[in-house]
Amino acid sequence: MSQTPNFRTEETGSGFMFLASGDWTVRQAAALDTALEELSAARARGAEVVFDLKNVTRLDTAGAWLIDRTAARFSSQGLTPRFEGLRSEFQTLFATVQANRGACPDTLHDMRPLAVQITARIGDAMLATGEEVRGLVGYFGVFLQALWRAVKSPRRLRLVPLIHHMEKAGFDALPIVCLITFLIGAVIAQQGAEQLKRFGADVYTVNLVAIIFLREVGILLTAIIVAGRSGSAFAAEIGSMKMREEIDAMRTLGLDPVEMLIVPRVLALVLTLPLLTFIADIMGLLGGAVTVWMLLDTTPGVFLVRLQEAAGFWTFGVGLLKAPFMAITIALIGCHCGMKVTGSAESVGQQTTQSVVKSIFMVIILDALFAMFFTAVGI
Amino acid sequence: MQDEAVIDVRGLRTQFGDHVVHENLDLKVRKGEVLGIVGGSGTGKSVLLRTIVGLNRPAAGHINVLGEEPSELNEEARQALEQRWGILFQDGALFSALTVAENVQVAYREHLHMPEEMMDELAALKVRLVGLPIDAASKYPSELSGGMRKRAGLARALALDPEILFLDEPTAGLDPIGAAAFDRLLKELQQALGLTVFLVTHDLDTLYATCDRIAVLADKRVILTGTIEDMMASDHPWITEYFKGPRGRSARKAQGQA
Repeated sequence: MSQTPNFRTEETGSGFMFLASGDWTVRQAAALDTALEELSAARARGAEVVFDLKNVTRLDTAGAWLIDRTAARFSSQGLTPRFEGLRSEFQTLFATVQANRGACPDTLHDMRPLAVQITARIGDAMLATGEEVRGLVGYFGVFLQALWRAVKSPRRLRLVPLIHHMEKAGFDALPIVCLITFLIGAVIAQQGAEQLKRFGADVYTVNLVAIIFLREVGILLTAIIVAGRSGSAFAAEIGSMKMREEIDAMRTLGLDPVEMLIVPRVLALVLTLPLLTFIADIMGLLGGAVTVWMLLDTTPGVFLVRLQEAAGFWTFGVGLLKAPFMAITIALIGCHCGMKVTGSAESVGQQTTQSVVKSIFMVIILDALFAMFFTAVGI
Repeated sequence: MQDEAVIDVRGLRTQFGDHVVHENLDLKVRKGEVLGIVGGSGTGKSVLLRTIVGLNRPAAGHINVLGEEPSELNEEARQALEQRWGILFQDGALFSALTVAENVQVAYREHLHMPEEMMDELAALKVRLVGLPIDAASKYPSELSGGMRKRAGLARALALDPEILFLDEPTAGLDPIGAAAFDRLLKELQQALGLTVFLVTHDLDTLYATCDRIAVLADKRVILTGTIEDMMASDHPWITEYFKGPRGRSARKAQGQA
């Protein structure tokens, strides 16, 4: 049914004939292209080239484009192309392709050298980061303004969404936070006991678990879990509202989206993250206690006594003190990412991912800063 | 030759769970014609399109496209058949991670071994064919307006020079000027490329401007197929309301003046 496309050339008095036959379609275009390249490179004698197309059985845009491009190449070599015998059913197609053939834009591919491309990407990323920090600081300001308004007239504080977000971000996170911190507490105790035993210092396992958990791991783990659970949820919720223009609808109805959406979420996290951290600390210590009981036969009573000796109030206080700051960071990043969503569903996904990456990054940076601060003030 | 059916649907039944969308539906699309599918919301116009191209599985009945029954073909033969039609989805459904030119080239890259330069030039040709400015070729779908996205989607649908073109509400969401321009473009391309067009639409102006025949979907089947005149002659209440209602009258008048 289909016929292999082909062409041959014949010398005539005034130049030569180009005789095409078969199916000139997109499927054979690549093969034809190579042969045509060779032809137009070799032939340039005479004054006229006649394209005899009466044996072309099928023609599509790619085929028409090939013929027309070959003709254009001959004509740039000084020959006058002429087309003959094209079947009537292909004539409109051929004319349409002729009318639309032209150079392709040089912007299709990035032609810059690789080094420039890499530098440009780094530069773009730096600028974007700068812009991001600016935006976030701006949002913090907007949040504080709205919070101040709520303090002045408490009616503006939306209690129902606040409780709702406390439940979703705090209460609902309990099982996962408990499970993970219990396991990590147990693992730290087990690994610590293993190492300390070599020095005969395995009694200090309790100190290790208590200090590392209360100061660092408890809050860090909780903040990371919450960033993954709630920061992303904030970004996705606000983002999809932004996408469906619900935020704009709010503004036109005289409702302040910052007051309605952002303040309750940030406050909810500020209130629940310390509570979660407290529970995380307890569960971590519990995990440690169970492990040392099993591995080292340290009974819970002894564990508690050692715990009191090892950890003072500030060991515990340092961990808890970080929680509200991390909560503000996570919630603001989530809300800010949500508000940055533009029209498409794709951008909701993008911003949600971004919110998790950024908030976990910022949580760890904050933790490092706090570590430096607490060392400096000596607690 | 003129009566050769390129799409032949017989006794089609589609259903989602207990919800029957089509029951005993028959439809023929002839070679080289533009067939418009109309029907109220929820009568399954888009579902019919999706079923014909194999995105939905029919519960019963036969669908024959270009002389073959897609559901009975093996993977390879079905892919070969799929390359003989092009589909324009409602909002273009362009791949958002690729530029317009790369969207057009997807089929070349996947199915044909073609030198890079040739793909670029063919993509540029398609972009021009659908009436987009050439600098749109290097843009991403998110940088285009709705009308441009539809044209870009059309360029991608035409990449492999299909024999059948399926269009799902091509003028929905376009302003009247953009919609009229799209109708003209569609008619021109259909004539130039010899396409058979299966067109799902709500737009009466599109029906008048582009369609050779119209099929009306109601009561889970095609209740009438024919020209505009046949539609006007029918006394089915939905058809009467659709074609003789205020919008139908004004579309007819506009066509008469043009």
